[in-house]
Amino acid sequence: MNARMELPAQQSDTETAVKGYIGKSSPRLGSKRLLQGRGAYIDDMRLPRLAHVVFLRSPHAHARIKSMDLSEVLKQPGVIGAFNGAQIAEYCKPWVAVLGHLKGIKSAPQHAVAIDRACWQGEPVAAIVAQTRRQAEDAMKFARVDYETLPVIVEMEDALKGDFVIHPELGDNICFQRELKTDDFDAAFAKADLVVEKTYKFARHTGVTNETRAVLADYQPADHSLTVYHATQAPHMMQDIISRHLGIPESNVRIVCKDVGGSFGIKVHVYPDEMATVALSVMLRRPVKFIADRVESFISDIHAREHTASIRMACTKDGDILGFDLDDLTAIGPYSVYPRTSGIEGNQVVNLTGGPYRHKAYRAQLKVVFTNKNVTCQYRAVGHPIAVALTEAIVDEGARALGMDPAAFRRRNLIADDAYPYTFPSGLKFEKLSHHQCLDKLLQLMDYDNLRAEQAALRKQGIYRGIGLAAMIEVTNPSPAFYGVGGARISAQDGATLRLDPAGMLNVMVSVTEQGQGTEAVFAQVAATIVGVSLENVRVVTGDTAVTPYGGGTWASRGAGIGGEAVLQAAKALKTNILAVAAAMLQLDAAQLDIVDNAVVDRLTGEQKLPLAEVGRVAYFRPDTLPMDFQSELTVTRHFTPREFGFTFTNGIQASYVEVDPDTGFIKLLKHWCVEDCGTVINPMLVDEQLRGGVVQGLGGALLEECLYSPEGQILNGSMADYLVPMAFEMPDIEIAHVCTPTKTSELGAKGAGEAGTAGAPGAVMNAVNDALQVLGGNVVEQPMTPDRVLAALGKI
Amino acid sequence: MKAPAFDYVKPASMAEALAYLKQYGAGAQVLAGGQSLMAVLNLGMASPDVLVDITALPGLNEIKVQADSVTIGALVTHAALQASPQVAQHVPLLWQAVPHVAHMAIRNAGTIGGSLALADPAAEYPAVALALNATLTLQGPGGQRQVSAQDFFLGFYSTARAEDELLVAVTFPKVKGGQVMVFDELTRRRGDYALCGLAAAFEVKGSVISTARLAYLSMGDRPMLASSAAAELMGKVPSAATIAAAQAALAQDLSPNGDLHGSAKGKLQWARVLLERSVSHVGKSV
Amino acid sequence: MGPGIAGAQRQPCGEKRMSEIRRQISVQVNAERVERPVLVRQHLVDFLREELDLTGSHLGCEYGVCGACQVMLDGKVVRGCLTLAVRADGKQVQTVEGLSEAGELADLQEAFLNHNALQCGFCSSGMLMTALNIVRHHPDASREEIREHISGNYCRCTGYQAIVTAIESVLVKNRASAVLGASL
Repeated sequence: MNARMELPAQQSDTETAVKGYIGKSSPRLGSKRLLQGRGAYIDDMRLPRLAHVVFLRSPHAHARIKSMDLSEVLKQPGVIGAFNGAQIAEYCKPWVAVLGHLKGIKSAPQHAVAIDRACWQGEPVAAIVAQTRRQAEDAMKFARVDYETLPVIVEMEDALKGDFVIHPELGDNICFQRELKTDDFDAAFAKADLVVEKTYKFARHTGVTNETRAVLADYQPADHSLTVYHATQAPHMMQDIISRHLGIPESNVRIVCKDVGGSFGIKVHVYPDEMATVALSVMLRRPVKFIADRVESFISDIHAREHTASIRMACTKDGDILGFDLDDLTAIGPYSVYPRTSGIEGNQVVNLTGGPYRHKAYRAQLKVVFTNKNVTCQYRAVGHPIAVALTEAIVDEGARALGMDPAAFRRRNLIADDAYPYTFPSGLKFEKLSHHQCLDKLLQLMDYDNLRAEQAALRKQGIYRGIGLAAMIEVTNPSPAFYGVGGARISAQDGATLRLDPAGMLNVMVSVTEQGQGTEAVFAQVAATIVGVSLENVRVVTGDTAVTPYGGGTWASRGAGIGGEAVLQAAKALKTNILAVAAAMLQLDAAQLDIVDNAVVDRLTGEQKLPLAEVGRVAYFRPDTLPMDFQSELTVTRHFTPREFGFTFTNGIQASYVEVDPDTGFIKLLKHWCVEDCGTVINPMLVDEQLRGGVVQGLGGALLEECLYSPEGQILNGSMADYLVPMAFEMPDIEIAHVCTPTKTSELGAKGAGEAGTAGAPGAVMNAVNDALQVLGGNVVEQPMTPDRVLAALGKI
Repeated sequence: MKAPAFDYVKPASMAEALAYLKQYGAGAQVLAGGQSLMAVLNLGMASPDVLVDITALPGLNEIKVQADSVTIGALVTHAALQASPQVAQHVPLLWQAVPHVAHMAIRNAGTIGGSLALADPAAEYPAVALALNATLTLQGPGGQRQVSAQDFFLGFYSTARAEDELLVAVTFPKVKGGQVMVFDELTRRRGDYALCGLAAAFEVKGSVISTARLAYLSMGDRPMLASSAAAELMGKVPSAATIAAAQAALAQDLSPNGDLHGSAKGKLQWARVLLERSVSHVGKSV
Repeated sequence: MGPGIAGAQRQPCGEKRMSEIRRQISVQVNAERVERPVLVRQHLVDFLREELDLTGSHLGCEYGVCGACQVMLDGKVVRGCLTLAVRADGKQVQTVEGLSEAGELADLQEAFLNHNALQCGFCSSGMLMTALNIVRHHPDASREEIREHISGNYCRCTGYQAIVTAIESVLVKNRASAVLGASL
């Protein structure tokens, strides 16, 4: 079972050795219907007696709800009901988002609909249910709510000062804090020839999934059961939470994921309005649907990444990094988000800062504080963009101070490729990384020396271009160390059921989910390869807790590595079982047989013995022709749990080439490169497209995206006209290459890749901008790097 | 969000349309292309009693070339302007501005009349109209009247059009020999509202800029004519010195407020940059 | 049931609620002529999705910015969310479903599939409208021009490069066919 499979090492993109479909850039056959307008997203669903809910949301960042009169709402056409928080609470228990392994983390109980007090602009305070969304919105205007505004905490520094405490019972506004310091820290910094220090600010921003959040709950009073159609990444987690908070037996709750229009972590969290929707279905005993509209999304989808962090780096005069010193303050909303907590992002920054380098000394201090702005939680690459940007920026500062080329400085300090396994100062364990191979590849891909020459030549003409590098490590394939050990009922294992159908096709049911990244395609490729069928003969089902094995779903770049391994193991077992049937049919030894191209064949000669359809026919319809003591088992389930390492780390390195206009402060993205080592690549096209999409999302955070708040805690730019997301014209072409270091923790050898692009892009582009500005004496320390901030850095305004 | 409830009428004649405007007063909103109005309604930011759809009114969809001017009907879409050889040839400043208006789908439906009547200070056409001192034709119960661009744009979404009037056409002077027209704007992303834009109309005699009209967008509550800056350019051969003087004088003409997308100081810097670029363009054209 | 539930509602007789004002329209939707009284306040995409079950057009923002709602109106690409359903009266509407059935999108669909120019698919129907417009009216567009043309279509998944490459591949293929056709 654990015998290492002979998957050939993939040395380069051009030499990629493909075994069956593993390593093949097969198009996603399952996406054809999406191109025909036949996608089935939750808002496309029709159910009898379907009701629609809209939520009255607090217009204030912090206010006591003095009184609420919904009587006029009830009189409006089409209205089925209107409910306050207390009424919803009769059906849905509140939650507190803390985990045992984040020592000291604290938060206050949060209700699905606020009861006495609203703590952020956008928190639901009432639910209105009607025959149509239109009628519910019309009726909502008749709600009368009397608020008493309360003091508002907007700035993280004010939260820390604690003059006003949002949850008095907690004592202060600190959700979570952490300190770590290696024994050699003081000595390292004391003896350093050079210590560089900078403070960087990162603005909160958000996911802006194209399909907004969506849930349709259908309660069946006859057997106290619920089917919830949910655009979620983690259906089993939602099954557990809905069961416990609504008091419905776990197996009476079925979560079904339809097509999901993008998620990126936004749709893996528990949202109060979604829980309220489920509660309303139970209360009203009919299907109820909630679709967040775009205006609501900006004030209710989780935000992320609001940090002010100081970083110091100590090095010798020859350019050896001795250590890093991090002080990170980050602002979340008034509640830690359930169940993964809002302490994880900051915790990741602590864990990952300095990641690629061989220093030994490290100190980190983290404070995660509550504010009266929208809640925050895990969003694609969770903490990595901050950690990488901080690390890579201060590394460039050190290189500049020492007069060393940034690539050479990194070369000197990256952990050696033969140093593994390796334990990092923050406690992380790396199985095997390839920083130097990746750096080699990157410098070659981007023609680094020529680019530097071009930069120098153009500078003489008054054109300011910059080159920025960002080396990185990425958390993938997490073990239960991520959430499970803290008490969360979040599964770090996944399962795959493979079934040979009578006509010879494969059915694959996996507990990992699909939001467009291509997990279903990847599973089909693995199954087809291992069993020996053609890709067109494989069907994949994900996202249904009644059908698939139990598992964790999609998050932390685990789909291919964990789900893929479960599929591989199940496929191996199914193949064994198919050959057992064939052997019985043919009265041969199974060891003489193989399956190739949908048929049982002679292993040595390749002679076709039986089409799989024939195996299916006999096994299912004519078992009377098989030996008395033989039972066909043509459905097999296998699970996989990552165990050996807390996380299976990947590594990569990105580069950005920009041109900065010093007169306008505008940044033009000329090119971007990404070299990534994610182990075995099942479908190179899908992986590369994940990297590209991730890079652009990261560039958005670095250049365009920020959620702006007034001093009163009101969002100022909560629309797509004012919150700027990357559009096609400004984005560069992104060149990608791979190094391949398979993980030995699985036979498939696949690590994760979904978040790497986002992890490294902000660091790379900020370094590029500052590389361009350095001759002009400018340095930008705040993201997004708006034209105003660039002009200010240049002293032009 | 779903648009709030409203009634809808589609008059077939000008008289009928004006009668509706008079009847409903402030409760009526005129619907032309709808690219701005529909967004406002879908955001729940307006609750009109009735939409008066004027797209069936005859005669408002034409581009007429006269001896010295071009008259464009209010219902001419951005796409039609872009595709018009007459506009390209005779009103190049307008024609240069069109590709900056939003995106293709918006341009297919949105109209020049709608844009001028809305008078968003970040819109392109009001600045073009001001730079060329175009004439806007309004039709009311008492008949037609002409208002110069200078007198038309009064403030933030505010124009000289009375509640019971319709903007029916805009007339631009035809470009003549010796004139140089430059439109440019700075946006973070293609198609966005500009951080700063400049519609510049120059007359050049020999190598001297004889007249200059610099109409800025996104620099105030209406398109702003930078007369002091223009004065520094007029009567002189463009040079680094005249540009610098004009840039310095901009501070007298423009006092923008900072907004979500640009600080006041940033906007002045961008205004200076656009001025320099437009004058450099003149230098290259002569 | 608690006090939050509405009892049976009776509308005041004779008073036409503004929220229910309808107007009869006659519109060609793909291959079908549709005659319906539509709510005047309803935009075209809601009409298509709710009344005609054509759910291929999507609402990503509902105020004209993201482009997921794009359909063709009399052959021109428009934002469906900024178009009142009543404005389709007497016109022809083509949605992704209809254009797909008619084979108009076949080359683009194949190219999008082969280049993975979609991931979640939510932007795809709107994106295909813009792509079809490029193929029809800008057959010589460069990569940069393609980027400009699709600059009004939001995609969060792909980062746009695969979409540009897919559209470019169709333009190249068409140019090659045209050359071949011309030389025959």
